[in-house]
Amino acid sequence: MKDLLAEIWESIRRNKLRTALTGFAVAWGIFMLIVLLGAGNGLMNAFNQQGEQFASNTMVVYGGVTSQPANGYEAGRYIQLNNNDISITQSALFSENVDEVGATMYSGPYVLVLNGRHVSTYLVGCYPNMKNMNKIELICGRFINPLDMQMERKSLVLSASHASQLLNGGEDYESLLGKSVSFGGNSWMVVGVYKTDKSAQRVEEYVPMPTLQVLTNELNRVGQINFSFHGLATEEDNNQFEARYRAAINKAHKAAPDDQSSIWIWNRFTQNMQMNKGTSILRKALWVLGILTLIGGIVGVSNIMLITVKERTREFGVRKAIGASPWEIMKLILAESVSITAFFGYVGMFLGMVACEVMKMTVGQSSVEFFGESIRLFVNPTVGLDVAIGVTIVLVIAGTLAGLSPAMKAAKIRPIQALNET
Amino acid sequence: MLIELHNIHKTYDNGQPLHVLKGIDLGIEQGEFVSIMGASGSGKSTLLNILGILDNYDEGEYWLDGKLIKNLSEKEAAHYRNQMIGFVFQSFNLINFKTAVENVELPLYYQGFGRKKRNELAMRYLEHFGLAEWATHYPNELSGGQKQRVAIARALITNPRILLADEPTGALDSKTSVEVMNLLTDLNRTEKVTIIVVTHESGVANCTDKIIHIKDGIIGETTMNEQHKASVFGTSTIMK
Repeated sequence: MKDLLAEIWESIRRNKLRTALTGFAVAWGIFMLIVLLGAGNGLMNAFNQQGEQFASNTMVVYGGVTSQPANGYEAGRYIQLNNNDISITQSALFSENVDEVGATMYSGPYVLVLNGRHVSTYLVGCYPNMKNMNKIELICGRFINPLDMQMERKSLVLSASHASQLLNGGEDYESLLGKSVSFGGNSWMVVGVYKTDKSAQRVEEYVPMPTLQVLTNELNRVGQINFSFHGLATEEDNNQFEARYRAAINKAHKAAPDDQSSIWIWNRFTQNMQMNKGTSILRKALWVLGILTLIGGIVGVSNIMLITVKERTREFGVRKAIGASPWEIMKLILAESVSITAFFGYVGMFLGMVACEVMKMTVGQSSVEFFGESIRLFVNPTVGLDVAIGVTIVLVIAGTLAGLSPAMKAAKIRPIQALNET
Repeated sequence: MLIELHNIHKTYDNGQPLHVLKGIDLGIEQGEFVSIMGASGSGKSTLLNILGILDNYDEGEYWLDGKLIKNLSEKEAAHYRNQMIGFVFQSFNLINFKTAVENVELPLYYQGFGRKKRNELAMRYLEHFGLAEWATHYPNELSGGQKQRVAIARALITNPRILLADEPTGALDSKTSVEVMNLLTDLNRTEKVTIIVVTHESGVANCTDKIIHIKDGIIGETTMNEQHKASVFGTSTIMK
């Protein structure tokens, strides 16, 4: 082994410039691969972070417009979800899969008044399950609870960003708890303050839905129904469940059971599945792109090894004459090819990882305003150990492939022909 | 018999068939010092290649030390070359980027010897040929005679059954040629090495004990030359 390395080193030392130029192509290929994968990871991480604000095994149902006539009604009828739909969702019909059921309705805008300060906002009437659905984090106090619902209490959970506008100087959020906020001639009690961050879609206040229904005098209006579920592992299962659920709700609204547009179902679970599928396709595409770039480098190594074999024909002939087997000669070329590829590959990988870190420190920190939301396009655009191992395997295979044809050529050298060349 | 050739035929087919060896019968005993003489195109190089297991033959049988050398795979041929044959070439064929001692070591590397053992043996051979102080020099730092002596050391290090020398003095001046031929003679006399020299120089052939003339692919006369009087230019000259 030591002898083999000495031989390779000798050969490389004699052709420094040539080896360096060839190596550059390999290093460049790997550099591109790492940077592409890093950028891809950044993009995917950003996606995932967006997705993380919602619990994944949930569905949200909205009313829609019918697309076909049914039961004597024309097509194009607006379907308004109502309390009965909540009952259907909670019923034994779906209890096998459905866990916690909730609903929301929006109302507003209202002007909240507290401490003599004003803030304009929308109210979300919701169920206690909202906290889990949207992963709401409380800074202090509590969220809407079943008792609020039952007693139709005027409890209100403030957003931190509005709360800060309503605070007296020097006071903290806790001082707001138990205070009453007034709007529309009613006074509501602040029971909690929840955390808002830049990426929140809209800043709004949470109240118990039955209370809001009473307040708006729309006792049977439901904006959306949401629920968490379990036991639907595949896309197929999900589709079947959705069809069954749709049929039940449609029937209650006298729409055709298979009408696809009477209600809208947003299944976050299948959406995640699709997104995962998408990211895995993206990842594969990046590998393919990177490897295609790398092929340029590999061809270069192969080319250089062919020249080496040509130059060393006589030497290989001598070696064979004094007893080197074809495999010994092949080994020499393959080892040199793999060494060059691996060495420069690792140089490229190192530089690629440096570039990823630079990316992380620059574009990885910036965010873009998009419809009032602030979105980070890149989150942690770096590659992990798995990629480093993957790249190592790729390099060894690539080096072997690059050296294979020159090595076979070298192994086939006939000593007499080599020795006759001058 | 160390070497036995029976009716060896060899035809090259480069577009049009060229019958180079037309039935060679030859026997060489252990410890002989033989030269094969012939003009260019006579087939002497082809014969040497066959003797050295560097080339195949079409017909006949070649027995080397009791083994039939026929239709060997590349790997087997390499193995037999390594074990049984030492080569000395006209243009030395040392590897330029290896030092003298590394060149001498190389056949042992292919026998799987360890680095230390190889080095020790190679140094002993170099010392024997008076090249110890040149051991770490590269071939381009050596004179022609020194290079040929390194090559002979390399050929002998595996203790081969035969030493094949292809025009060993072809690239040397007359003085160095004499030295090299004396060295080969000495090896034959003292170490009992079987040596076959291929040459077209009668002076070189004259140093050997038996001269086999080859012409147009068949063996002509074989001159016994114990008295070394075959050279037309005198007994102790090497024609240049």
